[in-house]
Amino acid sequence: MAFPFVERNLRITPIDTFIDPPQPRARAIITHGHADHARSGHGAVLATPDTIAIMKTRYGETCAGAFQPLNFGEPLHIDDVTVTLYPAGHILGSAQVLLEHKGRRIVVTGDYKRLPDRTAQPFELVRCDLLVTEATFGLPVFQHPDPADETRRLMRSLQRHGDRSHVIGCYALGKAQRMISLIREQGCTDPIYLHGAMIRLCDLYEALGVPLGVLKPALGVAKGELAGKIIIAPPSALKDRWSRRLADPVLAMASGWMSVKQRARQSLVELPLVISDHCDWNELRQTIAECGAETIWVTHGREDALVYYCQAQGLIAEPLSIQAYEDGPEDADDAGDGE
Amino acid sequence: MKRFAELLELLALTPSRNRKIAALATYFREVPDPDRGYALAVLTGALSFKNVKPALLRDVVLEEVDPNLFAMSYDYVGDLGETIALIWPHQQSAEELPSLTTLIELFNTTPKPDLPRLIASLLTRPSIAERWALVKLATGALRIGLSARLAKTALAEMSGRPLQDIEEVWHGLSPPYAALFAWLDGTTGRPDIDHTARFHPLMLSNPIDEEKDLAKLAPEDFAAEWKWDGIRVQLILSEGRASLFSRTGDDIAGAFPDIVDNVVGEAVLDGELLVGRDRIPATFNDLQQRLNRKVATQKHLTSYPAFIRVYDMLFDGGDDIRALPWRERRQRLAAWLDRNPQSRLDLSDIIAFKDWDDLGRIRRQGADEHGHEGVMLKQITSPYVPGRPKGLWFKWKRDPNVLDAILMYAQRGHGKRSSYYSDYTFGVWKDNEIVPIGKAYFGFTDEELRRLDKWVRANTVQAFGPVREVRKELVFEVAFDSAQESKRHKSGVALRFPRISRIRWDKPAQEAATLADVRTLIAAT
Ligand SMILES: [Zn+2]
Ligand SMILES: [Zn+2]
Repeated sequence: MAFPFVERNLRITPIDTFIDPPQPRARAIITHGHADHARSGHGAVLATPDTIAIMKTRYGETCAGAFQPLNFGEPLHIDDVTVTLYPAGHILGSAQVLLEHKGRRIVVTGDYKRLPDRTAQPFELVRCDLLVTEATFGLPVFQHPDPADETRRLMRSLQRHGDRSHVIGCYALGKAQRMISLIREQGCTDPIYLHGAMIRLCDLYEALGVPLGVLKPALGVAKGELAGKIIIAPPSALKDRWSRRLADPVLAMASGWMSVKQRARQSLVELPLVISDHCDWNELRQTIAECGAETIWVTHGREDALVYYCQAQGLIAEPLSIQAYEDGPEDADDAGDGE
Repeated sequence: MKRFAELLELLALTPSRNRKIAALATYFREVPDPDRGYALAVLTGALSFKNVKPALLRDVVLEEVDPNLFAMSYDYVGDLGETIALIWPHQQSAEELPSLTTLIELFNTTPKPDLPRLIASLLTRPSIAERWALVKLATGALRIGLSARLAKTALAEMSGRPLQDIEEVWHGLSPPYAALFAWLDGTTGRPDIDHTARFHPLMLSNPIDEEKDLAKLAPEDFAAEWKWDGIRVQLILSEGRASLFSRTGDDIAGAFPDIVDNVVGEAVLDGELLVGRDRIPATFNDLQQRLNRKVATQKHLTSYPAFIRVYDMLFDGGDDIRALPWRERRQRLAAWLDRNPQSRLDLSDIIAFKDWDDLGRIRRQGADEHGHEGVMLKQITSPYVPGRPKGLWFKWKRDPNVLDAILMYAQRGHGKRSSYYSDYTFGVWKDNEIVPIGKAYFGFTDEELRRLDKWVRANTVQAFGPVREVRKELVFEVAFDSAQESKRHKSGVALRFPRISRIRWDKPAQEAATLADVRTLIAAT
């Protein structure tokens, strides 16, 4: 088998297994539970125990024919390919996939980030010959600030506008729990109120050992009681009637896109919080430099800039245009590109 | 500037008109003059800068960022100013941006060739929100959906005065609208927009080219003075009132009551505003304390008393003497000061010298011993010509300060330098330890950069992401404009505009400067 032994649609040729396939496949390795990576309907799924738990919660116990859990760092031999999962730091259970075959190493990062996050297993750098990296924020204008600083801006706004509820738009899986955890790190022990779409996954995180403090459903709580309180809701709820029934809310959104003012304005966001679960430009460059790969495949986002950058560094680089990612799959809770 | 950046962000993102008005009113109520007046001017588009333009900012960024990556980013973000603010690859949060007023003054008074360096240094300091505000200010792209009408409505809300009255007074007033705000605050009556005291444009000097110019000039045709490190001002004394203008014609009287309340006579004078007890000039940093404040507190008035070192006279009483030769104007000025004894004005000394070599020596000595910025040369027959006429006035600046520092950390550069370690943190000895005193990222030829990059890779002790800690063995000669005390740096000192002038491959690290040396330079600069 010639190198690389992975095809551009992320099929691992020698074992006929796909990574994060957008269509149902007989065998799939799933990097993490976001809808653009984890689909229902595969025959057999290999993933971390946390990712399997997330998939079952979102899509039901029978969303795949069979599940095989694989812990981080435990090599699994399938024919002459060795599969090892390493933490990607993106959300709970998110993994990078290391594939070894005839002495060559390929890493598929899935979505990843390198900033600390108490709700995800911290990213580990894996050396390899070929790196398949995401590039959601693959432009040099994306330089994510310290999430603690961003959270402090939220806390200041709460102090200043004690009479207004603060609704934070967050994707239900990962971002919501991280946002809650960041708020707890600021020493806030008040109840945090949840939009209905958030409850199941917050419960799951707690069950998987991620403490989130006192959480209450926002449904049925009197307007007055929510003044000066934090409410976590899906981004789509910011625009609809749901938020309008609150008393003069401050609309916030936690997302890497919020660094661009125009995007914040389009989302009607008054308090943009630049908190991302993806690498920024500098983390991407750092990873590319440190992993030692001479070939870089770029997917999932702004491929062109990162490919250009890699080529300027003397690396072999090319974009992978995987259909499902480009379309930006819409999920019931706005999974989008996982932000 | 932080406060102004917050206001801008709120104005950009708050959809509610009422909330915008309330935020503006709060800002105008709480922020002192002249910052609030300048904020009003920039928000309503009443201010623009002659030399600071979007193209300049773009050029500064393209020095640091690959042009293709910049183009892709601009394409995505869609707004030039925002692209610049987001893409700027350097961040050093140690220093905050100066006040809005100081920034405007810097944009207006910094000579064109120095602007790129100024912009780069300003961009490197703040958080992204402040950087955005800075870029918006510099590119004049501040009309973020804010009409002058909205601003006037906010002034009406702030003061309780009718909108119509404000609109009437508005015309005929110019930034930073000190008289308007004084009236709105209720401290003075409605401003008299019929100013008798008008600002007269200043006469400026040209930098001297030692090789070319000096040979052609006869020393006996020129008078020399020290170049004072303050801000250039025009003091107008007319009908018992004193007005004080910056070089760009901005009224700064409100910030210097200690001057305008303590001057007597009738004249229009040109001089340097300085601070210091007993009229001994303190550092520019001390002056900055006053410039930053704008409404001077009692503490500032006592700690940093201001005075003007006068060097020229435009009007003697009611006589316009600008057409007279410098020599005669100077005599009239000296006589006027004799007739009108002053506590806040004194006369700038004339330096006696034999020839250019002699003056060169005096200039260096003045720089080393007293931290003088250089000397001014004025043709003794020159009339007072507004603008920058050729051949009449020259500035002969001192060489920059230098010190030998030790390379501590190297960081990958950006743009066309991204494959090299091209950002350097350097330090000096403190007992047996080396403490960092600054960071610089320019000043090498590509050849030197490659050699240095190789040295960094071969001498790395430890790597943290894009940063490498290196063996403390390589000495840089670092040039800088001045050294200052700084509570924000661990070493307690900071350099203004540091750049690496030479790599001292030959020099052992043991012979590099000590913190005590730097402190001596602070005393001198
Ligand atoms: Zn994704
Ligand atoms: Zn994801």
